[in-house]
Amino acid sequence: MEYIIKNGIVYDPTNKVDGEKKDVMFKDGKIVDSVSSDAKVLDATDKVVMAAGVDPHSHIAGPKLVVGRLYRPEDSRKGIKPKTATTRAETGFSIPSCPTTGYRYSRMGYGTVVEAAMPPLEAKHTHEEILAIPNLDIPALSLFGNNWFVLEYAKENNIDDLATFISKWLKITRGYGVKIVNPGGSEAWGWGMNVHGLDDPVPYWDVTSREVIHALAEANEKLGLPHSIHLHPNDLGHPGNYNTTIDTMDLIKDISKNSPVRDQTVHMTHIQYHSYAGTNWRDFESGAEDVAKFINKNDYVTCDVGQITLDETTTMTADAPMEFDLHQLNGLKWANKDIELETAAGIVPFIYSGRNSVHSVQWAIGLEMFLMVDNPWQVMLTTDSPNAGPFIRYPRVISWLMSNKRRTEMIENGEVHKAVGRKSVLATLDREYDFNEIATISRAAPAKAYGFTDRGHLGVGARADVAVYDINPNDIDPSKEYETIEHAFGNANLTVKDGQIIVQNGDIVSTKESQTIWTNVKGIEEKENALMEKIMPVFDKYYTIKFENYVVHDHYVHNPIEVNVQAGK
Amino acid sequence: MAYEEPITDYDEIVENCTCAFCGCNCDDLTYLIKDGHVVGVRHACRLGASKVMEDMDQRLLVPMIRNEEGDLVETDWDTALDKAAELIAGSVRPVFYGWSETSVETMKHGIRLGELVGAVLDNQATICHGPSLQAVQNAGYPVNTLGEVKNRADMIVYSGNNAMNSHPRHLGRYSAFPRGYFRKRGRFDKTIVTMDPRYTDTAKMSDIWVGFEQNGDYEFYNAMRAVLRGKKLKKDVISGIPKEDIEDLVEAMKTTQYGSLFFGLGLTHTLSKQRNIDIAINLIQDLNKFTKWNLVPMRGHFNVNGFNIFMAFEMGFPYGVDFSRGYPRYMNGETNTIDLLTREEPDVFMVIAADPGAHFPGGANRHLANIPVIQIDIHWGPSTEIADIVLPGSFIGVEAAGTSYRMDGVPIYMKKAIDKPETCRDDEWIVRELHERVQKIKGSQIASK
Repeated sequence: MEYIIKNGIVYDPTNKVDGEKKDVMFKDGKIVDSVSSDAKVLDATDKVVMAAGVDPHSHIAGPKLVVGRLYRPEDSRKGIKPKTATTRAETGFSIPSCPTTGYRYSRMGYGTVVEAAMPPLEAKHTHEEILAIPNLDIPALSLFGNNWFVLEYAKENNIDDLATFISKWLKITRGYGVKIVNPGGSEAWGWGMNVHGLDDPVPYWDVTSREVIHALAEANEKLGLPHSIHLHPNDLGHPGNYNTTIDTMDLIKDISKNSPVRDQTVHMTHIQYHSYAGTNWRDFESGAEDVAKFINKNDYVTCDVGQITLDETTTMTADAPMEFDLHQLNGLKWANKDIELETAAGIVPFIYSGRNSVHSVQWAIGLEMFLMVDNPWQVMLTTDSPNAGPFIRYPRVISWLMSNKRRTEMIENGEVHKAVGRKSVLATLDREYDFNEIATISRAAPAKAYGFTDRGHLGVGARADVAVYDINPNDIDPSKEYETIEHAFGNANLTVKDGQIIVQNGDIVSTKESQTIWTNVKGIEEKENALMEKIMPVFDKYYTIKFENYVVHDHYVHNPIEVNVQAGK
Repeated sequence: MAYEEPITDYDEIVENCTCAFCGCNCDDLTYLIKDGHVVGVRHACRLGASKVMEDMDQRLLVPMIRNEEGDLVETDWDTALDKAAELIAGSVRPVFYGWSETSVETMKHGIRLGELVGAVLDNQATICHGPSLQAVQNAGYPVNTLGEVKNRADMIVYSGNNAMNSHPRHLGRYSAFPRGYFRKRGRFDKTIVTMDPRYTDTAKMSDIWVGFEQNGDYEFYNAMRAVLRGKKLKKDVISGIPKEDIEDLVEAMKTTQYGSLFFGLGLTHTLSKQRNIDIAINLIQDLNKFTKWNLVPMRGHFNVNGFNIFMAFEMGFPYGVDFSRGYPRYMNGETNTIDLLTREEPDVFMVIAADPGAHFPGGANRHLANIPVIQIDIHWGPSTEIADIVLPGSFIGVEAAGTSYRMDGVPIYMKKAIDKPETCRDDEWIVRELHERVQKIKGSQIASK
């Protein structure tokens, strides 16, 4: 089937198209440069046309999500919509059910979402949930930062075996890349402890976070994976942690990139949570300026923000000791999940309030990062959903970025605490994003950072993942009409996924099965086999599951998108 | 126990099979197969092995429909499925109960069917660990995978649970006995505590037995919490336990390196029900201020946890989910099977991989006897006696593959080792067929409107 999206105003930063009125054509699921006269016309006259959104960091599938749903029926009771002829029933706000997740991303014009943390032992569960989510392509990042084998290789600085291990474990778990969460800290949590900063040794392992991060970055580049290491650094959420953040980015500087499809060697995730100055919650203030300055000077770093949206939400992270601290802080119910030999996770409900000085300053820090990182290709739109707020708030974050007026209003009319004025410089930043920059932070840049060449843009040959929003850029002043912006980005006029029309006028009109994107490293199979022989006795002794049953079988990855990489090339 | 000769007469060995008995889901079983039957099982406990090996005992082999005289008579698959589909399509308040001994893949078709006809989907948690799930919703859920216990734990508590009898390999494979990374000497490096009014087999092999009074759980746990928070106990004896013993116990729990508490129905079903678990979870949370502690509910059926996980990721609620309004509702005491049956609401009941006939209260079973009951199962049991249509399924982990979730949430793909009897069908196939047939009936109803 051929289609032509007519007369839209196109923003496609990858191909340097900045608000041009032009047609977008697609055929058999791919963007093409011409179609026959039989093509079906989809009228987008004077509407914004972009590639479908790419979310670089969200939590949508996996064991900690389901613990959230199991233990928070109060969240599932929000957002309820009965089933329709096309859609299944929807439930949930911060931790929506799997079908709901797919529909809501589609309504925002998204086509690809990265599940940012997959524990290998429960990878099958993550993939089961992916199968229950419609409409998206979903890569999942496997957790490596606290894996016992990784700690051992990092201690010995054995990069060769580490790279082989990563290659094999991506195959076993059908993972896309290397996720590191509070390296060493989640292992220390096995004893109820944490590591504080980069040079605190991990109990019993005689290795530091610095060594773990450096070794994993080196191994990542040795393999030449499509994505860089995806790093949630130490000290999340602690006042004064901006120093750790800067030191962490700095320790990667000697590593040379070994991939043509991306620019960075480290992706720093939810940087808002890592840009805090001060020494405690009383003198807590923004440290965004220094972090942004570092990023502006070093193009080997990309980041996503993790913007606070001032909602009640469910925090969940493999940074389990931090979640226990959070539970101690707010007294709400604490869930925890420690996973043998690999990682841990914690889950705590949280209410971010504009009346609370700390939450308000956190809100400001996120926006400061967006506004102070000069190059929009280095900063990406996320709420670390559901941690800083649910992903359905992206349109609102976009409206904040496009409207200094709205931000000023929030500060002046008391929607956020007055501490924002004292402890951040947000009020002095009058930068406003334009549509091209919004397209960059929400699709082009994330696709680039992940090495996706087939999405995030509208060039010929790309997947026909397209979003049309009902806004006329020549006719609107986003600074004043921020509500219109929020509404439009939340209710796509048209969402196309792989050439299939999923959303029309904000409603789901069809659904398709999601696909898992994973990285298959080729060329070191013999090394992998040799390594497995060394690993197996340890595996059999300390895991409680047989290796045969540990592996993610084809059964769990219907119709996957396999990204083949020649090791080292 | 009489000595039994090892089995040497078999054609084939299948390794790494997963046990379809309890929530341990031991996945290291070896089946010895002869003439398409499992004649021996290695590594399994006696409960698991007997379930796998004596599978053909009272096996349901052919579909049956109850005739007007009240007898179950054999029929063909088409007739049985059509009749079942007709009943489901025509029902106003259907309940689909069970699911804990079948695969997640089967549940996927079940939920589609449930959504289509507006059924209630519920599982055995409604009569077993339901209070635990309610407590989890009140207080939290600090858990670990079983390997954490094996590798790290130096103190393990069994509370209201007799693992030696109910989960026989639990102590051997996951908790007390295995040699872990940080517990190289296995049992010698671990203190085992049993908190139970009864002097169970688990208590017998424990280092410490705390035999508090029947229904004394809540008071006892509260006392532990109070001591942990530095309070002086005012009574000398609490729930039958001298206060000095409680103080010593708390001190031991506080100063251990890694503790793990496993609790069973002995805690969920005494007088204070979910409040017992609330307080146990709170105790674990308090202990984490001093050292590391987690807890895990000892789930019974091999996939009872799987249904709760599955329902939660598909629809946001763990069990007792009512689709009658077109969206999922979950209200304890209202949308649970026993409540519905005792209120005599359901007009069709489908039971899959469960045995309400053996376990439900009399009042609930009385209503089941009055309404059409469709049974999907592998063995004849009390539920077959009240079933009107019987659809013989297949044995997950032996005759059919499928996903199951262990008590700690670790998913396992239970593989198929032998072929099912020719006249039986896979559970997954049966429920999919029912869905398709009901859809057809519903479709023609809409067309004729």
